[in-house]
Amino acid sequence: MAQIEVRHLSKTFTSKDAQVNALKDINLEIEQGDIYGIIGMSGAGKSTLVRCLNYLEKPTHGEVWVDGRDLGGMTEKELLRQRKDIAMIFQHFNLLMQKNVVDNVSFPLLIQGVKKKEARKKARELLGIVGLEEKELAYPAQLSGGQKQRVAIARALASEPRILLCDEATSALDPQTTASILELLKDINTQFGITIVIITHQMSVIRKICSHVAIMSQGEIKESGLVNEIFSHPKTREARELILKDIDGEGAVHLAKPQDRLMEAKKIRIVFSENSSFEPVIANMVLKTGRPVNILKADTKNVGGIAKGEMILGLPEDRKLQQEIEDYIRARGLEIEEVTGDV
Amino acid sequence: MFSSEVIQMLIKGIGETLYMTLASTLFGYLFGLPMGILLTISDRDGIRPNSILYKILDVIANIVRSVPFLILLIVLIPFTRLIVGKSYGSTATIVPLVVAAVPYIARMVESSLREVDAGVIEAARSMGASTFTIVTKVLLVEARTSLIVGVTITLGTILGYSAMAGTVGGGGLGDIAIRYGYYRYEVGIMAVTVVLLILLVQIFQTIGMKLSVRLDKRK
Repeated sequence: MAQIEVRHLSKTFTSKDAQVNALKDINLEIEQGDIYGIIGMSGAGKSTLVRCLNYLEKPTHGEVWVDGRDLGGMTEKELLRQRKDIAMIFQHFNLLMQKNVVDNVSFPLLIQGVKKKEARKKARELLGIVGLEEKELAYPAQLSGGQKQRVAIARALASEPRILLCDEATSALDPQTTASILELLKDINTQFGITIVIITHQMSVIRKICSHVAIMSQGEIKESGLVNEIFSHPKTREARELILKDIDGEGAVHLAKPQDRLMEAKKIRIVFSENSSFEPVIANMVLKTGRPVNILKADTKNVGGIAKGEMILGLPEDRKLQQEIEDYIRARGLEIEEVTGDV
Repeated sequence: MFSSEVIQMLIKGIGETLYMTLASTLFGYLFGLPMGILLTISDRDGIRPNSILYKILDVIANIVRSVPFLILLIVLIPFTRLIVGKSYGSTATIVPLVVAAVPYIARMVESSLREVDAGVIEAARSMGASTFTIVTKVLLVEARTSLIVGVTITLGTILGYSAMAGTVGGGGLGDIAIRYGYYRYEVGIMAVTVVLLILLVQIFQTIGMKLSVRLDKRK
């Protein structure tokens, strides 16, 4: 059995004059040690979903099993104890503003009845892990965003959780700080074997540290699996959109002007694997067919340690020529996929 | 300018006023703080929503606060006699003062606790904190500054009420102001008592604000 299993979960919010189906029949399995990303636009239901994983939100239907135990079947007391195993960090850090750093980190331990002195000692060790030993007496208001999130991470680790839920944990941070926080999360995952569930709207976060991803839209999981596979073979429109948006976000190359793009008869997406990026395929192809193609987008990125290249080409209108080009690319062992709509 | 008797009387008046104000505030918080906490957590978006409890407390608070203090003072005379044994003097005045202060304090506490960031409460819940822990370790701690400001404002208000109680023999500076200043036209004494009352409010206010700023770690 997976460490976290979500079965037929749905959540409906009912207000006076409206019903919102925030989650619809969600099924999810997260294995011990995974870094599992859940991505979607705002309003997709991902924050609600992550709150169902520790029962901060009670699902309307369905079950959440953690370490073989059904959270829905627990008494209030058992649930409070269970939450010790499921730590959480937040977009806005949610630190106690009136307590200094070391007391913030001690806080979950005090809740569990650990003596203040022991709690402080443990808190100092944890501050060492997140690299903030020298800030133990500072108050959150004196720290930068990245430092606050490090304190929140140290606090989350205090109860020695088996699972860490991250709710848009890097969304309020600049790119460099985001990278360093992600690095820290990855270290924690390998060092302590803590399963990490990451909620985000940034594909770059998924790409940098996640092993698995689920793509959410309008309260449903559209597609889920290994990050590697979803990046190379996105099956759904939602997945493709998110991957394309990622290219935009990361300083990708836009070679064609928008009006040129409209003229293309056909657009194809080519994915390079680790080997094929060395050969100048496109250049060779153009030489061979004697006809230019329009490179609409091109990008290479690091997906889970493997270099993945991706390119979107606009092909000439001539059908025969299109076929010729596609055959040439396929013969080089590359994958082709037709892209529809605006790129 | 004043005889030593008058000065003695004024000193005694200050003592009585301080006694009534401080004791009433203390007892007021003894009941008003829990009431304010219950109002906050039982509200619809509180950590333990309970609409019936909220409604009951809400109505009680509104009723007591709507009754003018002078009326309350008189209506409560039998109750005061029951508790203190007599219905005049400083100690007796504390009873209606507390009754008037409790819902006032409860509302102050409620508004302070509402200011606490919902995210911090959620974080505490995610750590498995019980409702009691959230109240004692999150709400009261995070709202500390605002609660102290509330105490300061409450002290000023109760001081004013205690002066009002002077009209019915409540003792303190208010009593002196009424008896000498109003009934006997001794404007000098009345002016001095009023100045003393202003000074007391000023002192409470200054101490309260200094304390709340010193204890605020948000900057």
